[in-house]
Amino acid sequence: MALDRWIALIFITFCCVYGYLAFFTMDQLLPPFMQRNPVWPSTFPKVLSVLGIIVGLVVLFGLESHSAEKEPSATDINYRRLHDYKLGQALMLLGLMVAYALMLRPAGFLLSTTVFLFAGSAVLGERKWLRMLLVAGIATGCVWYLVQEVLGIFLRPFPFFMGT
Amino acid sequence: MLEGIMIGLTAAFSLQNLLMVVAGCLIGTFIGMLPGLGPMSIIAIMIPVAITLGDPAAALILLAGVYYGAIFGGSTSSILLNAPGVAGTVATSFDGYPMAQKGQAGKALTIAAVASFAGGTIGAILLMVFAPALSTVALLFHSAEYFALMVVGLSAIAAFAGTGQVAKALMMTMLGLMLATVGEGALFSMPRFTLGLMDLQSGISFITLAMAMFALPEAMFLVLNPARGTNGEGGSNKITGLRFSRAEGRAMMPVIGRQSVQGFFIGVLPGAGATIASFLGYAVERNLASPEEQKEFGKGSVKGLAAPETANNAACTGSFVPLLTLGIPGSGTTAILLGALIALNVTPGPRLMTDTPEIFWAVIISMFIGNLVLLILNLPLIPYIAKILTIPREYLIPFILFFTLMGAYIGQNNATELLILVGLGVVATILRFADYPLAPLLIGFILGTMLEDNFSRSMQLYQGVGFVLERPMTLALLVMALLLVLLPSYRARRARKRAEGVADGD
Repeated sequence: MALDRWIALIFITFCCVYGYLAFFTMDQLLPPFMQRNPVWPSTFPKVLSVLGIIVGLVVLFGLESHSAEKEPSATDINYRRLHDYKLGQALMLLGLMVAYALMLRPAGFLLSTTVFLFAGSAVLGERKWLRMLLVAGIATGCVWYLVQEVLGIFLRPFPFFMGT
Repeated sequence: MLEGIMIGLTAAFSLQNLLMVVAGCLIGTFIGMLPGLGPMSIIAIMIPVAITLGDPAAALILLAGVYYGAIFGGSTSSILLNAPGVAGTVATSFDGYPMAQKGQAGKALTIAAVASFAGGTIGAILLMVFAPALSTVALLFHSAEYFALMVVGLSAIAAFAGTGQVAKALMMTMLGLMLATVGEGALFSMPRFTLGLMDLQSGISFITLAMAMFALPEAMFLVLNPARGTNGEGGSNKITGLRFSRAEGRAMMPVIGRQSVQGFFIGVLPGAGATIASFLGYAVERNLASPEEQKEFGKGSVKGLAAPETANNAACTGSFVPLLTLGIPGSGTTAILLGALIALNVTPGPRLMTDTPEIFWAVIISMFIGNLVLLILNLPLIPYIAKILTIPREYLIPFILFFTLMGAYIGQNNATELLILVGLGVVATILRFADYPLAPLLIGFILGTMLEDNFSRSMQLYQGVGFVLERPMTLALLVMALLLVLLPSYRARRARKRAEGVADGD
């Protein structure tokens, strides 16, 4: 089964859960005075879940006639040959982004951003360590100055043990 | 209208707003030139900056400048490298790149700039005429009509997604609408679908969603496939001789005239927009050209370059019409602009012109200024700006990712938002693998709240779904929406049957 159909299947499951929540759990919390309204908080979600399941089924069973297979261009990505691409680099960068999200508060903006930019280029194969460190450091400083001083948004610059 | 123009002139010519136009155009050109970053990602990244400005007029002017700049920058990279940064400039590379290969890169850039300028300016004049007229009509609209109109908009966007794609686009729209119901709605003040999580109480932030849908997958694609972006075979980076001859100018004139009008009206249609306008403009001009000129197309024809450039800029301007008059975005980019406006406490719609004329007219006037800035400021700078194309990807990609993260973080000041961003970004990347269009999702998400509000309001006014039958306009619009969705698939089916030799009916 092709990937787009798997996604349709997941989408239908999602719609079922969403619809279950809308049809069977939401109305219990409704205060009595609102029950006389023609429209409830759950009305719109109920409509959506039904329509969503219909559309999902159309995609799942391929009811819509498809145009001929397109020629894959050199710049497009064919997911069936995902291993031919730089999958490792992509996953490592994603991991790096998660790490950045978790470290931003405790480690402070300056340290975590410099490390992120440095490690990002390292993952992508750059090996000129001094240049990488300089680029990352200067860019971090500039962005911090712009955001903190010019835009006036607070970003904690230093790690948590060095005060605010 | 004259009064309005005066208000707009005073607002747009304030020092701050002039700076905003110039800054927006420059930033847009810079980033738009980078392969793989489209106007949607750029505007999404710029939104936190725009919001902190606090002044809605300045913010919208900045974002509109970025939008124009991005389209202009996109055509630069398609001409120089044959690597369009934006889908709307793919048609530009058909004739722009061959011209650059012939050593006429400078001339190609000038033609593109002049064509963009003319398209944008004529588009803005048309906008000045049509937007007030349309918003007078729109004032007669009831919430029932608004509801129907949004349904039409959403279906049109899905219908334009292409054959075999309508159901997928609809599925994405549905997903967007469902995501919009998460959190506490204004109408019921009751948390929905929060799963008991505090972080979902205020719903999903639209900036996070926009970043996750566009900027992140684009960056991931750049990482996965290094061939993407550096598509060109070296391309000539020497830019000399910015002038074009008088004869070429004369050949361009009718093309520019036709394409700016055609492009504008295509841009007004929901779901169409710059990409369709540029391809259609190219095709139309090719058919209109004389047989000798037709042979030139694809080998560096002046007309073939001017047509898509004029059309895509006119269409960008045209797409502001539904946004400013109805408050309904017709494309992903204007949807992001709408989100920014709502965040700034401005509700675009027919009342925008009467309530806050300074915003409305300042934006239109700044479109003229923006086009002028692109022509006289950016064009001479292009040889220097083009240097950005030589930044190695080892440095470029971490920065794109960092700006994506920062955009989501500054808006919310919440590190959990970053985790949501990465999660949604992975989902969006997988959806793109499977060829699902992502713009409908975002438009559905942004329109979702308004759609439900108008739906609920008409339900309450008419005590049920009776409003569909009692207001003929609503019914007509809803029928139109249904036709829009069903027609492409019906026609495809008939075409296939005919190919099999069992055509029915005619």
